[in-house]
Amino acid sequence: MSATAESVQDRKAALKGLGTSRKRVEDARFTQGKGNYVDDIKLPDMLFGDFVRSQYAHARVKSIDTTAAMELPGVVAVLTAKELEPLNLHWMPTLAGDKQMVLADGKVLFQGQEVAFVIAEDRYIAADAVDLVKVEYEELPVLVDPFKAELPDAPVLREDIADQKEGAHGARRHPNHIFTWEQGDKGATEAIINEAEVVAEEMVYYHRTHPCPMETCGSVASMDKVNGKLTLWGTFQAPHVVRTVASLLSGIAEHNIRVVSPDIGGGFGNKVGVYPGYVCSIVASIVTGKPVKWVEDRMENLSATAFARDYWMKGKIAATSEGKILGLWCHTTADHGAFDACADPTKYPAGFMNICTGSYDIPTAYLAVDGIYTNKAPGGVAYRCSFRVTEAAYFIERMIEVLAIKLNMDAAELRAKNFIRKDQFPYQSALGWEYDSGDYHTAWDKALEAVGYKKLREEQAQQVEDFKAGKTRKLMGIGLCHFTEIVGAGPVKNCDILGMGMFDSCEIRIHPTGSALARLGTISQGQGHATTFAQILATEIGISADEITIEEGDTDTAPYGLGTYGSRSTPVAGAATAMAGRKIRAKAQMIAAYLLEVHDNDIEWEVDRFVVKGAPERFKTMKEIAYASYNQAIPGVEPGLEAVSYYDPPNMTYPFGAYVCVMDIDVDTGVSDIRQFYALDDCGTRINPMIIEGQVHGGLTEALAIALGQEIAYDELGNIKTGTLMDFFIPTSWETPNYQTDFTETPSPHHPIGAKGVGESPNVGGVPAFSNAINDAFRAFGLTHTHMPHDHWRVWKTANDLGLHG
Amino acid sequence: MSKQTINLNVNGQSVSAEAEPRELLIHVLREQLKITGPHIGCETTHCGACTVEMDGMSVKACTIFAIQAQGKEITTIEGLGNPDKLHVLQEKFREHHGLQCGYCTPGMITRAHRLLEENPNPTEEEVRFGISGNLCRCTGYQNIVKSVMAAAEELNTTESAS
Repeated sequence: MSATAESVQDRKAALKGLGTSRKRVEDARFTQGKGNYVDDIKLPDMLFGDFVRSQYAHARVKSIDTTAAMELPGVVAVLTAKELEPLNLHWMPTLAGDKQMVLADGKVLFQGQEVAFVIAEDRYIAADAVDLVKVEYEELPVLVDPFKAELPDAPVLREDIADQKEGAHGARRHPNHIFTWEQGDKGATEAIINEAEVVAEEMVYYHRTHPCPMETCGSVASMDKVNGKLTLWGTFQAPHVVRTVASLLSGIAEHNIRVVSPDIGGGFGNKVGVYPGYVCSIVASIVTGKPVKWVEDRMENLSATAFARDYWMKGKIAATSEGKILGLWCHTTADHGAFDACADPTKYPAGFMNICTGSYDIPTAYLAVDGIYTNKAPGGVAYRCSFRVTEAAYFIERMIEVLAIKLNMDAAELRAKNFIRKDQFPYQSALGWEYDSGDYHTAWDKALEAVGYKKLREEQAQQVEDFKAGKTRKLMGIGLCHFTEIVGAGPVKNCDILGMGMFDSCEIRIHPTGSALARLGTISQGQGHATTFAQILATEIGISADEITIEEGDTDTAPYGLGTYGSRSTPVAGAATAMAGRKIRAKAQMIAAYLLEVHDNDIEWEVDRFVVKGAPERFKTMKEIAYASYNQAIPGVEPGLEAVSYYDPPNMTYPFGAYVCVMDIDVDTGVSDIRQFYALDDCGTRINPMIIEGQVHGGLTEALAIALGQEIAYDELGNIKTGTLMDFFIPTSWETPNYQTDFTETPSPHHPIGAKGVGESPNVGGVPAFSNAINDAFRAFGLTHTHMPHDHWRVWKTANDLGLHG
Repeated sequence: MSKQTINLNVNGQSVSAEAEPRELLIHVLREQLKITGPHIGCETTHCGACTVEMDGMSVKACTIFAIQAQGKEITTIEGLGNPDKLHVLQEKFREHHGLQCGYCTPGMITRAHRLLEENPNPTEEEVRFGISGNLCRCTGYQNIVKSVMAAAEELNTTESAS
């Protein structure tokens, strides 16, 4: 049978392109134990590095004695700040324009801080030697409460910059103050709040937590002194940026550095930053001439690399007595720990916190964020989040609930009354963003109908009556959330990291027999890029996704890109993929026209081929074109079929969603049971529904963890209280519910295929939904707001404080 | 510390390793025997990424000294199937999108394998309880549970047919 007999439909299906729930190509190696993660790398003569860490949160380092450690057989070297100083590597720049000690330089500023780096022949000897390094400390007063940072008796943490009145983000008013960032119209907002009929106020705390991927951070550095080449494998969400930073720090020319992100066991923002372990493994390899591996253990991961959140958000929201919102005011105290190591675009020291007007048409708003140093670990990373949008969404979705209580109004109705309407897009927000597209009312109505919202409220009211009558000891909470995300950073004119514009890239080679290789500047950490990017390309160039190999993460082969975080892979690299595909198609059209002996304009694209207009039996498939491009001399056309695209997005994308969580809460034990969780996501064009659904399940479970128990907590001496998985809550299969997923599809108008990104939406929207459910359960008993995490004890205490235990 | 010879059977092969008494089984497997399927996620027995089978029991290889495996039979993910003939669990995890980053997957599948050996026809609740010693940060477990249930069903169908 000739190819023409196949229907267009069949040929389209064979491509496994956009919209197909294609099975993942990554899974063969992962299910057979053949993944290649950083700790799987084993090189001849490889050494192991391990850190001596501070047990104090704030102390002066009086002396470090490495003699005993060096005498232990198998120990090769011990690095301290003294050894790093001549190389100018005892400090390193952070992504947020601050600097951070690589190894303690005179003092330590948080528990778990890196003090010395021991290099030994195996990990056991390295651990033994760590115990033999003698560090003499002089304890200093500890600052853990950011609200006490500027009191007269507060200890000065960062003596290195105590006198600097200007930081990377403007004026500093105190040695423990990092920056003040203001957005919106302060005067106008305060005037509205002073005059409004109704004003609701609340302090909304989004506690400190940690991304905690299954694989901790690590690196293997190998300096080849013969060829002058450094190879660095590591858990890098942004390998190209790491190469540039490594070059700037080490002085090794960038072409002599190869950075490789192998398989990554989850990132969630934990693996965006540059850590002392990476730097020390590089130095150690240069010093010893041998490959050096550093892999942190779980305790080190939780206590030293990249916390997230820790935002104290004081809010005021003004409305008419009918519930029309007039203005929003927010002041945030941001606890950054000992160094400002946030991974935000340079111009946004508080990330995209100014998306805190959420899904609502709020005409006037003001936001101020004060960054503060404390004796805690550095970080402030975007944990499954696009640069503080998680904090912003939690803030506004709590404030809406608080306002609903003040207005004595149903919270679903209040939201619907204030949503940005479909006809208002593109929508200019009061805090400076242009929302590209949305249809919030449709999503909201669909969600409320799907869960039977009215009936749920009736049931809840009845349960409150029954509780009061002593017929039950359980209460029901209905947690609502309508979130708007802002992802896909970003336009280069606004967004850069360390001066590098946040574009991304794709390079495609079509092979003579019509299969293809595409390389991108991003790096998958479980998102399934090798599967989905091939699908984007399949639809663009008419080659089956099964015949397209996707590669990422090797800076010697992949085009430069800014990496994977902030849900930017699909919006930016996905766009680059489509654009590069279109370049391939444009050249293919010239070749096809030549082969068919017609003018370029006389043929048109159809699924996997160019067809002569009006003569469907005359066509050239992409495979035929690919072969001809290499094997036939075509006048005026270079041989080969390759393309590259560097894509600078014109705007962010704005995925959104409507979530409803129904919980049953046992008042006497504080145990919350999730009865139902409905999640409607609108991520624009859907590339692979199976993967989208998987992302939503995973993001919701991380949200569940954060809302219901997960935290990084410190005592007053700066001791970390949640440094192991015994104390740091990660839900198991036992406490995780089944989720109900749904969608609407509102394509992004500026993205080449209309896709918006989805990985982070469920975490952004999930946290408020879970938290609102807990808060809502106690609304009938006078509760306005209680802080996360809502673990059993805190829920029990809320009930107790409300007098519900009789 | 002096090393001792440990003889054990891993995935059907008799092997030996030299290890100090304090060395953990997971390190001997990964670094001496080059079996890198089982991963290290916590080293404190919480996460289950290092799960292997020892004499017909699921164990977390980060909490077993290698010397305790003297004379034992160990099965890891590498021993469950091979590229020519995957184990049903390996197929079902792919089919039902039961994995994302893949880091917990070898331990999770190895645990699920033992669970189904012990309870070939589990309810969803029994699966959820049975794998609750293995943490996953990516999937929210929903598709893992689905994969294990589907594998159980297929294994039962195959067995009753044979």
